[in-house]
Amino acid sequence: MHGTKILDEADRLMTVCNSCRYCEGLCAVFPAMEMRRAFSDGDLNYLANLCHSCGACYVDCQFSPPHEFNVNVPQTLAVARAESYAAYAWPQALSGAFARNGLVISIVAALSMAAFILGFAALNDRSVLFGVHTGPGAFYKLMPHNAMAVLFSAAFLYAILALAMSVRTFWRDIGTPIGGRADGGSIFQAIRDAGELRYLHGGGVGCYNEDDKPTDRRKLFHHLTFYGFLLCFAATSVATLYHYLLAREAPYPWWDLPVVLGTLGGVGLIVGPIGLFIAKSRRAPELLDEQRYGMDVGFIAMLFLTGFTGMLLLLLRETAAMGPLLALHLGAVFALFITMPYGKFVHGIYRFAALVRYAQERRSEAGS
Amino acid sequence: MSLTSSHRADGMSSKYDVLVIGGGNAALCAAISARRGGASVLVLEGAPKFYRGGNTRHTRNMRCAHDAATEILTGPYTEDEFWEDLLRVTGGQTDEVLARHMIRESKDILNWIVEQGVRWQPSLGGTLSLGRTNSFFLGGGRAMLNALYLTAERLGVDVEYDAEVTDLVIEDGMFLAARLKRPIKGETEIRATSLVAAAGGFEANIEWLKQYWGEAADNFLIRGTPYNRGSILKMLLDKGVQEVGDPTQCHAVAIDARAPKFDGGIITRHDSVVFGIVVNKHSQRFYDEGEDIWPKRYAIWGRLVAAQPDQIAYIIFDSTVVTSFMPTLFPPIAGQTVAELAGKLELDAVALEKTVTEFNAAVRPGTFDHTILDDCVTEGITPQKTHWARKIETPPYLAYPVRPGITFTYLGTRVNKEARMQMADGKPSANMFAAGEIMAGNVLGKGYAAGMGMTIGSVFGRIAGREAARHAKN
Repeated sequence: MHGTKILDEADRLMTVCNSCRYCEGLCAVFPAMEMRRAFSDGDLNYLANLCHSCGACYVDCQFSPPHEFNVNVPQTLAVARAESYAAYAWPQALSGAFARNGLVISIVAALSMAAFILGFAALNDRSVLFGVHTGPGAFYKLMPHNAMAVLFSAAFLYAILALAMSVRTFWRDIGTPIGGRADGGSIFQAIRDAGELRYLHGGGVGCYNEDDKPTDRRKLFHHLTFYGFLLCFAATSVATLYHYLLAREAPYPWWDLPVVLGTLGGVGLIVGPIGLFIAKSRRAPELLDEQRYGMDVGFIAMLFLTGFTGMLLLLLRETAAMGPLLALHLGAVFALFITMPYGKFVHGIYRFAALVRYAQERRSEAGS
Repeated sequence: MSLTSSHRADGMSSKYDVLVIGGGNAALCAAISARRGGASVLVLEGAPKFYRGGNTRHTRNMRCAHDAATEILTGPYTEDEFWEDLLRVTGGQTDEVLARHMIRESKDILNWIVEQGVRWQPSLGGTLSLGRTNSFFLGGGRAMLNALYLTAERLGVDVEYDAEVTDLVIEDGMFLAARLKRPIKGETEIRATSLVAAAGGFEANIEWLKQYWGEAADNFLIRGTPYNRGSILKMLLDKGVQEVGDPTQCHAVAIDARAPKFDGGIITRHDSVVFGIVVNKHSQRFYDEGEDIWPKRYAIWGRLVAAQPDQIAYIIFDSTVVTSFMPTLFPPIAGQTVAELAGKLELDAVALEKTVTEFNAAVRPGTFDHTILDDCVTEGITPQKTHWARKIETPPYLAYPVRPGITFTYLGTRVNKEARMQMADGKPSANMFAAGEIMAGNVLGKGYAAGMGMTIGSVFGRIAGREAARHAKN
């Protein structure tokens, strides 16, 4: 028996699946399962986070409902995965944020944006807040660069710390030997597998959405979202380097690297989340953990808000709307940062760790 | 030819070029092949959509001849070798002309089936001994079915589920129409120029099984869906189609006695026979557990258990071999002593202890290797265990109760190389074809080799569809 009902169910399913094995060519979950005959909590959390929820094993399974064996691996692992986020959250006192995650994310986002608007209004003269600012340093007329840097660095570093502590617990739980280190080759393999979403592919045909016709739509939208996020992050990093190394202050012209990266990323962060949201709304409910709808949509909405306010800011930065839009954008980004360890963002971190673990297992199996 | 036009079967007056009855591998291969041949095609599947496809749902591979290794096959498997394997498992009870034709055609099926959207993968974990001969479906049999249905629908084949055919109108070996009971629309008649019967065997029809097996059939478990009732087979035989095959012959394996009556599929099987002994309800051994290597021995244990009293047997082994075979759905039943185990199995403890003790005493030293026919044998007991004999002496003692699990029956309709049914008077039918388990008995007189059922289905399905379309188009 396991700690939770969902892990008991995951254990039952893995026992069924391990005596069948028809799905082993579909993804990483089943080959990883085959390396085991019994499943600890950590094993099941590992498998749950290794699952990309492509749905192929449900559509291909001769024992899925209404069969009496009632095998629904994608949904069971989705619930287990979501519960694992709370179980590994750091500090544990905040694990409750996962319980009503959509609400928590909404409140934090609303408070964060409100705080920036109020802060801007309180600390700036009305003519400054609604003034037209152009040229280097325009943004910093509303909020000094150092204040911005300190605030966002602190939020970002906290997120990194919380995520690192969480994934450390996860890694210890899923690893044998406990505390074993990840090798470079496995990390490189995991970067490739995550980077191309190798296992969101139904074994080659695409993933299952609203019907029995597989497509690669979700993969495409996830790529847009993920690489959009990375491009935006790169834009911010380049801008930071410009500021400190070249003493060049934002805003930059449209053709300059931070803006080009940010624009491309922003488009990804608008189109990708919209696509993912539509895909999620249409997806067959039996493949989903519907209780976590709020968590999933909350994260999608945060990414969309970040991209959308960023793009608006870019378009209208030379108008009187710049001040309020900057407040909104910074509020969205700040909320995104501080909720990263307590929302759907963590899926990428745990899944990456699981992929590293899987690559390790494959290597040691091939070596033995 | 037009692949986009298709007829709808909604009205009484509708007529198709080809009517396919059945919804598994053979039926879909026939439907696709007929449609690609330019015919309008209707598939009538008696089961609901989830249970579509009969036994194909539970399959995982197909045995095809090939002259060289492929991406997923580790080496060549020539037509002659395939033929020799078939000859051995059937003990010669096969139609050589038909079988050799099937084997020859199987070579091209490896590619043809991929063109229909099915994907291959290397042999699954725990089945390495099939890696050279058998091609595995990526995602298993239901994935294969899903691909075939998507292709059929894309080509414009009409498919109806829950479509129970209640009668066939056949005159002088000529198919005219099928009567159909639809769940909502009621009775209707569907006419077609050609018929492909691909509706499987009668393994789920316990009453029919009892005609040959008596009350023992009540103790059989059926590995596939309850929809494989053989009603189409019975209609065809009743209306003058020539019968082929021994009605008691079937593909049967030993499956866990705790499995559901129907549709337990692959996961209820046991392949641990070689690692211990098998006793009947009187705690007596009854067959050489070490006769042959997997998967050759796999298909004999169903019939062996069926011949035992109450159609039940127990695989007895000890804790040293638990990890030597694949994990099982149902955990083994355990006892710290042989007597305790006997109690849990409701066997006579004294008798089981005696059997185990005598077996242990008869085990001769040897070098155990379950991947080859090793030299671990018994001496002085009957039946002898001729390989992999090791003492059962390390508690906990473990057991799986097993019953016969019927996969499919071999009684069928006689066909020729065109998959055309032969009438009882020896004449070929003008427009009736058969494919899959409903005609497997032409090739399989008895015995089984892994993946054969799917070979029969795809090869004869493709031929039947082609010939049915050709007839309809002439």
